[in-house]
Amino acid sequence: MRIDTREKLSEIKTANSGHKKKVSLYVCTGTSCLSMSSDLLLERFEILIDEKNLDADVEVVRTGCLRFCGQGPLVIIEPEGTTYTQISLSDVDEIVEKHLIEDTRVERLYYEDPKLQKKVPLADEMDFYKKQKRIALRNCGLINPWRIEDYIAQDGYRALADVLENYTPEDVCNTIEKSGLRGRGGGGFPTGKKWFFTLREESDEKYIICNADEGDPGAFMDRSLIEGDPHALIEAMAIGGYATGATQGYIYIRAEYEVSIEPLRAALSAARSYGLLGSGLFQSGFDFDIEIKIGAGAFVCGEETALIHSMHGWRGEPRTKPPFPSQQGFRGRPSTVNNVETFVNVPQIILNGAEWFSSIGTEGSSGTKVFALAGSVRNVGLVEVPMGTTFRDIVHVIGGGAPEGKAIKAVQIGGPSGGVITEEHFDTPIDYDSLNDIGAMMGSGGMIVMDEDSDMVDISKFYLDFTQEESCGKCTPCRVGTKRMYEILDRLLAMEGTPEDLERLRTLGHNIQTASLCGLGQSAPNPVMSTMQAFPEEYEAYAYRTKRTAYEIDLSLCIGCTKCKRVCPVDCIEGELRGAHVIDPESCIACGACHEVCPKDAIIEP
Amino acid sequence: MKLIDKKITCYVNDIELEVEQGTTVLDAGKKAGVDIPTLCHLDLHELGPVNQSANCRVCVVEDDNSGNLIPSCSQYVYDGMRIQTDSMNAVMGRRTSLELLLSNHPRDCLTCVKNRNCELQTLADDLNIREIHYKGEKMDHPVDDSSRAIIKDPNKCIMCRRCITMCNDMQTVGVLSPLDRGFDVVAGTAFHLDLDQTSCTYCGQCVSVCPTAALAERSATPNVWKALNNPDKHVVVQVAPAVRVAIGESFGYNPGDISTGKLVSALRRLGFDTVFDTIFGADLTVVEEAKELVDRIESDGPLPMLTSCCPAWVQFIEQQFPDLLDVPSSCKSPQSMVGALSKSYYAETAGVDPEDIIMVSIMPCVAKKSEADREELSEAGLANVDYVVTTRELARMIKEAAIDFRTLAEGAFDSLLGESTGAGTIFGTTGGVIEASTRTAYEMITGKELGTLEFRQLRGIEGVREATIETGDRKLRVGIAHELGNARQLLEAIQRGDAHFDAIEIMACPGGCIGGGGQPYHHGDISRLERRAAALYHIDDISERRKAHDNPLVKKVYEDYLESPGSLKAKQLLHTSYSAKERI
Repeated sequence: MRIDTREKLSEIKTANSGHKKKVSLYVCTGTSCLSMSSDLLLERFEILIDEKNLDADVEVVRTGCLRFCGQGPLVIIEPEGTTYTQISLSDVDEIVEKHLIEDTRVERLYYEDPKLQKKVPLADEMDFYKKQKRIALRNCGLINPWRIEDYIAQDGYRALADVLENYTPEDVCNTIEKSGLRGRGGGGFPTGKKWFFTLREESDEKYIICNADEGDPGAFMDRSLIEGDPHALIEAMAIGGYATGATQGYIYIRAEYEVSIEPLRAALSAARSYGLLGSGLFQSGFDFDIEIKIGAGAFVCGEETALIHSMHGWRGEPRTKPPFPSQQGFRGRPSTVNNVETFVNVPQIILNGAEWFSSIGTEGSSGTKVFALAGSVRNVGLVEVPMGTTFRDIVHVIGGGAPEGKAIKAVQIGGPSGGVITEEHFDTPIDYDSLNDIGAMMGSGGMIVMDEDSDMVDISKFYLDFTQEESCGKCTPCRVGTKRMYEILDRLLAMEGTPEDLERLRTLGHNIQTASLCGLGQSAPNPVMSTMQAFPEEYEAYAYRTKRTAYEIDLSLCIGCTKCKRVCPVDCIEGELRGAHVIDPESCIACGACHEVCPKDAIIEP
Repeated sequence: MKLIDKKITCYVNDIELEVEQGTTVLDAGKKAGVDIPTLCHLDLHELGPVNQSANCRVCVVEDDNSGNLIPSCSQYVYDGMRIQTDSMNAVMGRRTSLELLLSNHPRDCLTCVKNRNCELQTLADDLNIREIHYKGEKMDHPVDDSSRAIIKDPNKCIMCRRCITMCNDMQTVGVLSPLDRGFDVVAGTAFHLDLDQTSCTYCGQCVSVCPTAALAERSATPNVWKALNNPDKHVVVQVAPAVRVAIGESFGYNPGDISTGKLVSALRRLGFDTVFDTIFGADLTVVEEAKELVDRIESDGPLPMLTSCCPAWVQFIEQQFPDLLDVPSSCKSPQSMVGALSKSYYAETAGVDPEDIIMVSIMPCVAKKSEADREELSEAGLANVDYVVTTRELARMIKEAAIDFRTLAEGAFDSLLGESTGAGTIFGTTGGVIEASTRTAYEMITGKELGTLEFRQLRGIEGVREATIETGDRKLRVGIAHELGNARQLLEAIQRGDAHFDAIEIMACPGGCIGGGGQPYHHGDISRLERRAAALYHIDDISERRKAHDNPLVKKVYEDYLESPGSLKAKQLLHTSYSAKERI
């Protein structure tokens, strides 16, 4: 059937709305749960439900990411919303037996709130979920991403129908501009303005491109959006195409995202078969289709000019702007490049109005932002919060603080291009301008929590290792400069550095930030520069070689039990039974084995 | 980007300027009397593409309005722009970029072939770099000396990408491109193949623009010194036309100053036994080629006939257009003709055993080095030419021998293969070969004497030129292309059947041999090439004889030895063949 009227769209919506059966069992097949074989759980549920003749009452729904990744694999059973966490294959039989047949609950699989040390049966009651607000992730985990009807049931494609019936392209750009939507890839450029730029260019052909390159280590926002709700992206791109005058869209996605490409391909062909992509959408004169372009996974290809080079089949390298892609983009034609998260907000803005969207968040930063929360935090997962939420809320409330009650030292945002936010700024509202004011940037959504044990110099080296390897090598500051910075950090960590190295790091970092060609280079020194500013003493400890790199025994506590001596893998502990023991700092490899076995806590960590 | 013809105002170091919209910051700086240092930037203007890749970040200046450092080579001035070229930020920016490049460079200047010709070295001095603050790992790539013509030392590569621009945009050969990622990035060949495994034509345009010695000619001078010092060898040398109008640049003369006489004297001082002129070979080529053309026209043979004196061009067609191998003239290049006759006609006349003759060519070209290696260009196991020395290498030999070039007397070529005409002289510039051939072909076809010798319509600098010349009843349709990208255009038109020419001249280098890869470095100043070309035309203008077939020694070699143009003996000694060489 071709859906070319609002009526037909409504028909499908009605036919697919509400729970189809008495009980719906949602199995998360987001990447994280999938990596723990949630597909096998899903299969087992289906087999058992069939075997036990429960299929009249129970529907098993394969969903996208349920977001609480640290607790996966997850299953939510509606209508009541019982949430089972960390399920293994052997738990499936018990859930079916107890929950579905006996109508009792498997309480041992409930999430345990680490602060209250209490079991919490319902997702809505968990701190992790309570403070979140979902616009981008609206359907993620609620629908089966493989079924276009599920998306239509959630008002899918209605925004596109509205736009094609009632809006001129200028109207769409205006609405988006008024909503205050800004680029979620990290730059924060007003989306409506970007669309206007392309709209105003005259050309025989224009393109709209979705940047799904998502290269930050630890980031999984975009892939979760695509895997959980691919049609939202398709609908948004069609709207964007109409608004900018493009009839062809491209989704640039990295080859490593095979798990995301599959549902995306299925969604594109479903949309085509319903006539929601193709010619004359909703009986308008607007033709639109989307093609997937698979990139080889270079970090720099997230930079829009490099992305376009890569789309041409050329080496993924940025070029000087202007001309901007809106002037000369793919195939030399005006092109709009937006990030996945930016796009998926669009249908909601059309459906609910610009005012609704701009009422969420803060004045300069409307709407919500999705973060991939990870690191030293109890609740790891995908988090969507209104702009203006503080770091404290995300880290301590949603994230539940660091495990084992450790103190949180800093939050790294924006991945290898970002910097650290320290305790003093934890009450800063997360929005583009407030972050700018404290010298940080939003980034694409990576958020890594670091506790008191983290060595900031070591962490900076980790990020720099990543960027210097991912540098395309085109411009000198990035190609050679990041390598030299990395080498300085390496020297410092090996206790071979000098105080002059700190000055060199600063000068070099400044040069790379100001003189590099593209955003990758310009932001590559950020992790080093921000940690040097926030934790100068850690750098100095290495530069002046006062940093302790070996374990040491507190002689006043040592009872001479010899346990430490026996476990030391490099035999660097001397001492007789009931006598004092001493560690040779030159030979100590800081493995911590002695520290773990000491019954008296006499061994001091470096 | 749309550029509207509009004047805008900007400020360079507070000097107010009015410039055209579309002016780069670099050019605006020049207008304000500020010579912003550049490194990767290269603009050959009407001769070739611009390397505007903004890689090196040496030309950064500060945009006062945004506070950003911007590359002046590739950023355009906007209305109201305020540029600071000498702010602390800008100076530190460019110094750091340069220091970083130097930190990853061998810095073996004293023994480097580019010593005193290296743009990196000059810039380090200009920017007063006295210490390199950043130390660490350096690139460690194997040096590629697989070819006879070019040595590629990636450890000296600073990733300016000029070579890549020349190889891809100008020559469309596409052998060089950026490889790998991060610190390991280097300009190189696909899969790091050795050059001799690729479709490199050895045109040497990469060498002529490389700011360092990452790409340089492979020197033949040690072999030549050895030959000169071997009493059992009779060492014959020949000099190409474009050398005499360029070598002076290495001794403080202006580009285009003609130093033929001093050059001959210098060669004698170096110890060459006999000094011949490649122009003699050019004249001979004209006669043989004109005969071949007339034969092809009369016998409906394959037309157009393409000239074959440029070795990079011959490599190019063998590798890239194997289906068109019947179109190039079968004539050997002038260098090979002189070589072949030196080891036969001259050897017999002078009573020297050809086995004892070492033939050395002084060429403006690095591809001639690989041409000398072609099996087709040998007789009875003896290569027509043994060693090829570029203009630059000869200048170094002269200096090494402590010869004061400027005070040398004007010498003269040895007779037999030393007489030349204005026609063969202009072989050294684009359009010259076809003009010389036309002078002879006209008279061969019409049997009449040519009135005006200059064919102005064949001269110029445009990449592809066409002309129609009345030769009696028949119109001779002539095409000219220099640079291989332009040659490709013409060849593709021939493949499609869209191009209808009788004769086409092709030269791989911009401007022809005067812009060859073995010439003194032009450092982006194309007026040097123009002046060299003008000098060749000047020699032609003042020559006593200006038609190749009027060369008395050419006539004599036919009378004494070759019988007539296109004779069996001429075919055996002066003609060659081509074969397909498909490579990646």
